[in-house]
Amino acid sequence: MVVGLVSYGVYIPRYRIKIEEIARVWGKDPEPIIRGLRVREKSAPDIDEDTVTIAVEAARYSVKRAGIDPRRIGALYVGSESHPYAVKPTGTIVAEAIGATPHLTVADYEFACKAGTAAMQTCYALVKADMIDLGMAIGADVSQGAPNDALEFTAAAGGMAAIIGKGNDVIAEIEHTLSYTTDTPDFWRREGQPYPEHGGRFTGEPAYFKHIYNATKMLLDATSTTPEDYRYVVFHQPNGKFPMNVAKKLGFTEQQLLPGLVVGRLGNTYSASSMIGLAAVLDKAEPGDRILMTSFGSGAGSDTFSFVVRDTIEKIRVKEVPTVEELLSSPIYLDYALYAKHKNKIKF
Amino acid sequence: MREVAVVGVGCTRFGELWNRSLRDLVVEAGIEALEDCGVGGEEIDALFVGNMSSGQFTKQEHIGCLIADYAGLASFHIPSVRVEGACASGGLAMHQAFLAVASGYYDVVVAAGVEKMTDVSTEDATDALAAASDREWEGFAGATFPGLYAMIARLHMHRYGTTREQLALVSVKNHANAVHNPKAQYRRNVSVEDVLNSPIVADPLRVLDCSPITDGAAAVVLAPLDIASEYTDTPIRVKASACATSTISLHDREDITTLDATKEAAKRAYSMAHISPADVDIAEVHDCFTIAEICAIEDLGFCAKGEGGKMTEDGETEIGGKIPVNTSGGLKACGHPVGATGIKQIVEVVQQLRGEAGKRQVDGAELALTHNVGGSGGTAVVHILSR
Repeated sequence: MVVGLVSYGVYIPRYRIKIEEIARVWGKDPEPIIRGLRVREKSAPDIDEDTVTIAVEAARYSVKRAGIDPRRIGALYVGSESHPYAVKPTGTIVAEAIGATPHLTVADYEFACKAGTAAMQTCYALVKADMIDLGMAIGADVSQGAPNDALEFTAAAGGMAAIIGKGNDVIAEIEHTLSYTTDTPDFWRREGQPYPEHGGRFTGEPAYFKHIYNATKMLLDATSTTPEDYRYVVFHQPNGKFPMNVAKKLGFTEQQLLPGLVVGRLGNTYSASSMIGLAAVLDKAEPGDRILMTSFGSGAGSDTFSFVVRDTIEKIRVKEVPTVEELLSSPIYLDYALYAKHKNKIKF
Repeated sequence: MREVAVVGVGCTRFGELWNRSLRDLVVEAGIEALEDCGVGGEEIDALFVGNMSSGQFTKQEHIGCLIADYAGLASFHIPSVRVEGACASGGLAMHQAFLAVASGYYDVVVAAGVEKMTDVSTEDATDALAAASDREWEGFAGATFPGLYAMIARLHMHRYGTTREQLALVSVKNHANAVHNPKAQYRRNVSVEDVLNSPIVADPLRVLDCSPITDGAAAVVLAPLDIASEYTDTPIRVKASACATSTISLHDREDITTLDATKEAAKRAYSMAHISPADVDIAEVHDCFTIAEICAIEDLGFCAKGEGGKMTEDGETEIGGKIPVNTSGGLKACGHPVGATGIKQIVEVVQQLRGEAGKRQVDGAELALTHNVGGSGGTAVVHILSR
C-alpha cells in the first residue's frame, strides 16, 4: 500500500521586514549580517495573526488543493513552538475551522523547529496502520526573537499543512522516514519566558549539523540511496548558510538544494521551515522525482524523509491555491516601528 | 640552584570543545606529557596548574586537588597547587615548577595549564576575563580588554606611525603558522583584507585582531638537568625563568604602549641566561591582540620601540625571517585558553628545539623565548629555553 502526501498547503503572511531595517535600529552594519546569514528579509505576521490563524490558512489551502472532504481526516496535529495557549490546543481550533470535527484525534506538538515533521511521522504511522483514512500534520509558527538578539534577524512567521493518506490519491510517496535524537540543549524557552535563549555557536556543530548529518546518512543507508539519486534536497533552514554547509558535507549540490531554499526571502519559520521548503519543491517537482527532506529541532533531533513524486501531482496544481513563490511575491514592507506593533512588542 | 630541563610535553587540541570538560582536557594534556617522557604517576613529586578562572567559567574551584584526583594521583597524595595570574597563569605555573625543581626540593614536577571557557556565554566570558583588569577603576567603568588594547593601539599608531595594515599582518602571519599546527583552533589563512573587513570590536581592533575564546590544556614535565637523560633523549634546558609585575591599570602607566612588566621580566631572563635579544632564534609572545605582539617584540628588545609594525611588515617575524614569532599560530590563531597559554608556549618551543615541529619547523632553532602576559601587562613571565 502506497502511503504518502495527498495534499499540502502553505500560508505566509504578506508582511516583510528587511534585515537592513532591523540592523539600522540596533546600530549594526547590515552587510556582514546579510552575508553571514544569507537572509535579506523575513516575514512578519499581521497584528491579529498568530499560530492558530496561520495554521488554519495553511490547512484550508491543503484541503482545497485536493478537494478533500475534511471529515475524512482522522488525526490532526499542530507542531509549533509558539502555540498561543500554554494549556488549550491549537489543533482543536484548526480542526473546527476546517470542518474536520468531531470524529478525529487532535494534539499539539512541540519540538522546537521539527514539531511539524514529527506530526508528519505520526500521521504516516496512523495511516499505515490503517487506523485513519487521512491525517493532517501542520507546522506553524510566529517565531520569537528577542529584540537585538541574533534570532531577531531571522525569526519569521508561516505555516505548512501536509495531508497524509494512502492509495491512488498519493502525490508523493513516503519511501522511508526515520529520526535521530539526543538531549542537546542548544535552544530553549522556559514557561513564562517571552523569548527563547540559545547557546550561540553551540547551536551549530553539536546541534544542527550533527543531527541533520546523522539522520540523513542513516536514511541514505537505510534506503541504499546516494545523493545522486535525489532531484531535490531540503533541510531545516534557520539561515541560508547552515543548509548550504550541511548539503556540501553530505555530497548534495546547489542544484539540488536551491529550489527548496526559501529562507533568504522568508526567514526562519521554525516548525514550518523545512516543510515550506518541501512545498516549494513540490510546487515544481515532476513525476518520478525523488526528494529528501531533513528537519531539525533544537533540543535536539532530526526527522528525515525520502519522497517519490507520482503522476497524480499534476492533478492538485490548482490556481486557487497559491504556490510558495506566489506567497513570497508582492510583499508589504514594514519599518521597525510597525514591525514592533505587529509583533506586540510595544507594551503600555 | 640546580639546572632544570623540560623532559616531556603534551597539549590538547585547542578550540570550542563542546564535549570536553576542564578535567578531561587537563588530564589528556598531562597524560600526553607523561607518555612523552615515560614518567609514571608514582614518580611525580608535585603538580602546579595554571588556571585563571575555573570558578567563573565552570563554577569549579579547588582544581589543584581535582586535577591530581582525576589524573589518578589521589593515592600518591602529591602536592598540587593552582597558580593564578590572569592570562599569565600558565607562565607562572611554569615559573613555580621551575623554582621547585631548581631549589632541589622536588625532582619531577608537572606544570600544567587549563581553561574551559565555552560553557558560558560570550558576555559572561568577557566579564570573567575583565576580572584580570582593575575591577574598580577599569572594569566597573566599562573597560574590557579589547577596549584597553584598542587604546594602546591608537596611541601606538599616533606616536609611531604604526598602520592598520601592519596590525593586520600580525594576524595574517599567525594564521599562516596555525595552518601547520594540528592543535590550533583556526587552521586557515586570512588576508589583510579579511582582517580589515572583519566586524569591529573596539576601534581600531576588529574581530580578526583578537584572540578567541578557547578550551584547551597543556602540560610539561620538568626534571633536574643532570638526570633528564633518564627520561628523554632530547632534554630541553630551561635557561631562565623570570617574572615581573607592574601597575594593574593602564591609566597608572607612564607610557601605555610599553609593558614595563615585559621589559623587566625580559631583562631578568636575559641576564639569567647570559644572552641578549639578538641571540634568540624563535619566540612565542603574548599576542592576545595584534597590537600586543607589536608591543611585545619591541619590549622584548627584538627591535627598537615603535618599530614593531615595520619589523612585522618586513617579514622578519615570519618563519624564515630574522626571528620567527608565534610559530604555533600564537594566541590569535592557535587559540587562547587563558590558563593554558603560558604552558602551550613552552610546549611549542620545546617541539621546535627538538626539531619536531613538522611543517612549521624553524631550521636550526637553538635558543627560544616565551612571553606570557597577565591582563594589560600587570604581570609578565619570560622563559628562555635551549637545546
